Amino acid sequence: MPILQTLGLEKRFGGIVAVHDVSLSIEQGARHALIGPNGAGKTTVINLLTGVLRPTAGSILLAGQDITALRPHQRVRLGMARTFQINQLFLDLTPLETVGLAVSERLGLGSDWWRLVGSKSAVTDEIVEILERFRLADVMQERTAILPYGKQRLLEIALAFACRPKLLLLDEPAAGVPDAERQELLATIDELPADVTVLLIEHDMDLVFSFADRISVLVNGGLLLDGAPEDVARDPRVKAVYLGEELDA
Amino acid sequence: MAAAANEVSSYLARRARWSPLEIAFWVFAFATIWLFPGKYLIMKDAAILALFALSLDLILGYAGIISLGQAAFFGLAGYFSGIVAQHGLINEPVVSLICAALVAAALGFVTSFLVLRGSDLTRLMVTMGVALMLGELANRFSNITGGADGLQGIDIGPVLGLFRFDMYGHNGYIYCLIVLFLCFLVARRIVYSPFGLSLRSLKGNPLRASAIGIPVNRRLIAIYTVSAGFAGMAGALLTQTTSFCSLDVFSFERSADLLLVLIIGGTGYLYGGLIGAVIYKFLQDWIASLTPQYWQFWIGFVLVVIVLIGRERIEQWTAALRATIYRFGKQLLTRPAAVGDAARKGN
Amino acid sequence: MLTILFDGIAYGMLLFVLACGLSVTLGLMNFINLAHGAFAMAGGYCTVILVNRLGVPFALGLPIAFLATAALGGLLERTLYVHVYARNHLDQVLFTIGLVFMSVAAVDYVMGSSQQFVIIPEALQGQFNVFGVGMSKYRLLIILICGLLTIALQLLIAKTRFGSRLRAAVDDRRVARGLGINVGAVFGITFAFGSGLAGLGGALGAEILGLDPTFPLKYLIYFLIVVTVGGTTSITGPFLASILLGIADVAGKYYMPKLGAFVIYTIMIVVLIWRPQGLFARSAAR
Repeated sequence: MPILQTLGLEKRFGGIVAVHDVSLSIEQGARHALIGPNGAGKTTVINLLTGVLRPTAGSILLAGQDITALRPHQRVRLGMARTFQINQLFLDLTPLETVGLAVSERLGLGSDWWRLVGSKSAVTDEIVEILERFRLADVMQERTAILPYGKQRLLEIALAFACRPKLLLLDEPAAGVPDAERQELLATIDELPADVTVLLIEHDMDLVFSFADRISVLVNGGLLLDGAPEDVARDPRVKAVYLGEELDA
Repeated sequence: MAAAANEVSSYLARRARWSPLEIAFWVFAFATIWLFPGKYLIMKDAAILALFALSLDLILGYAGIISLGQAAFFGLAGYFSGIVAQHGLINEPVVSLICAALVAAALGFVTSFLVLRGSDLTRLMVTMGVALMLGELANRFSNITGGADGLQGIDIGPVLGLFRFDMYGHNGYIYCLIVLFLCFLVARRIVYSPFGLSLRSLKGNPLRASAIGIPVNRRLIAIYTVSAGFAGMAGALLTQTTSFCSLDVFSFERSADLLLVLIIGGTGYLYGGLIGAVIYKFLQDWIASLTPQYWQFWIGFVLVVIVLIGRERIEQWTAALRATIYRFGKQLLTRPAAVGDAARKGN
Repeated sequence: MLTILFDGIAYGMLLFVLACGLSVTLGLMNFINLAHGAFAMAGGYCTVILVNRLGVPFALGLPIAFLATAALGGLLERTLYVHVYARNHLDQVLFTIGLVFMSVAAVDYVMGSSQQFVIIPEALQGQFNVFGVGMSKYRLLIILICGLLTIALQLLIAKTRFGSRLRAAVDDRRVARGLGINVGAVFGITFAFGSGLAGLGGALGAEILGLDPTFPLKYLIYFLIVVTVGGTTSITGPFLASILLGIADVAGKYYMPKLGAFVIYTIMIVVLIWRPQGLFARSAAR
């Protein structure tokens, strides 16, 4: 059973059709990329998947369950988490607190007002594991606001990962990351566990082609093509859409 | 890995531990019972105001809800306490306090959905409107509330059947101080808990908070209800210790002055309301002795000046002040010899 | 009953003139000015001094109140308000509350705390009796003046260059600046004008609403309700909201003396639940 299915997903804003007839099917454990020129509707698709926007038509199935009517925080509980194109972090909290927050919430401790944060060893162990996986252990007690951008981007992903999602949606994770910090980021994304399905939105074609085992191409709100990287790279329509961009096979 | 986990848990434990400065604060607070015997009445007022400010800090400093209507809960519980005492239903203060707090919390729960949606202006409006509405209700039903004359003939029994309120305010002050301390303990637990952490996150970035699975609305409703309960307790304390309750418990000035208290003391670290309340009370007392009728002018002036200077700058000054006191205090309490050394080195 | 309708309309139009400045300020600069009522109070007291103490004719007292309050508004805007525009809403609220407290206390000191009445000229006292409906002459004047003002405002905003600059700045401040519109000047003029209108409203309304130093605080909630229900994106929104609230308030107080005052609060809560951005707002608010 595919971990994610969308059936005829459509979103209109007044007279404008942002997304139409998008039908995706993503298998468990897949590394799926969604590409397309600017304005194609990629972020709209993510917002529809996560529940920030309600579709005007179509449905979304997560592990076979219809989640179309669910609110964002409910979808997170069912195993879908996302990162944002522009960092959406808690600037006054430290990475430790940020990850600790997500872990506590997931373990159902979020409404506990009596115990201390991190009083359970299950929580602290997991915090450490996530901070180390995302190479944040050395900055874990600094305020997020003063972290370098690359570290913030790693925290952005770590925060979504701390929700232990079945499906992780990464919205342009490499965007704006300076060259010196890209390697760390790319390596971290590469090392994500195999049982977490990843849907990646990216412009960076190096990352897309090295990471993805399947690519969907979104143009003007509609799916142009959905296939293996080699096929997408060779397809003349895709080349035309990107107007002269080099696509390495 | 085990070492790192230990570091994490010890860091989290450390940050929630009572700092020497905090302990000193409360030791001093309770010491005032013996240190300033002539000032019970004003200190009691400060304690009540501190609890009231604490309630606002919980929603404003930690959850980011601007409210101009905490007086609604203050007044509702105040009248409740007074009316049940007047009719001889509940004369014992502690029982009355708990019931009044529950009533106020219920109102908080019921009106919480009004502050969930909408902008800052909507929240201001709604909270202000609810408080004014209750004030109007109290005015209309003067047969129950005594109207503009206030509730008369309130007979408050001794606390726990043992400690009667006296004319000098001695027992009243101790009572209020203990209630303040207990509520503070609860607030402190909340703030360092996962729940409190989630509040700070949804104040900073509600979008991301819901994107990691936090039910934002439910948390806001919860803290708003708790805050209403605390505000209600403050109102009940006032009625109980003064045996009087009148329409001004619902006044806009009361809610507005509360904001001033928090601005003076700072928000988001729990002690802001307490420190601000003490400073405000003494400031008010001093100004009122100079210009009894027009002290409101100077309060307004202080507000304008504080905003023009900028709260961030003031917070920076108070944070720097706190840091220096803490550093000095830490030296005094952990390494007595070092202070002597520093003095000898001519520091 | 028609008298009540008539009175309600008069009351509503008065509310509109008083509150529209606040609505425009909020919509234009996203600035919550809780001290707006203080300008109304200033206009009222100005007229009291001019007409009662200095013998200036009523017809002259009104425009002078407008101009004086507009000048006061413009002055305060340039010297004080301008420093607080960029601040968050809490700071704006605190700042303007501080100003209200100061103005209330100052007026109390200078003029005393008792209610003041403007001496209305003979010609405006009493009622007309039109088809059995009693219409107070004074209220008729209010409807006339406020009605003309509303039409003038609408024309100003819709037909003049300044109006289009104002609308552009309300819609999107940054883009307006990019088009070369001096947003700061637009706001200064608008703020002064809005304050002047409030002053005029205060002068006109002294007779109906009661004028004493607590005026800004007493009527603050009414102005805010008008702005919330009417939205901040148009003139017609607050206008319709004011009429609705005016009629509802007068009718409520007449038919249900005990609970009449709550009609306004109930409307506010219902509207805020149903449409947080206001009944008549055009699009999603800020």
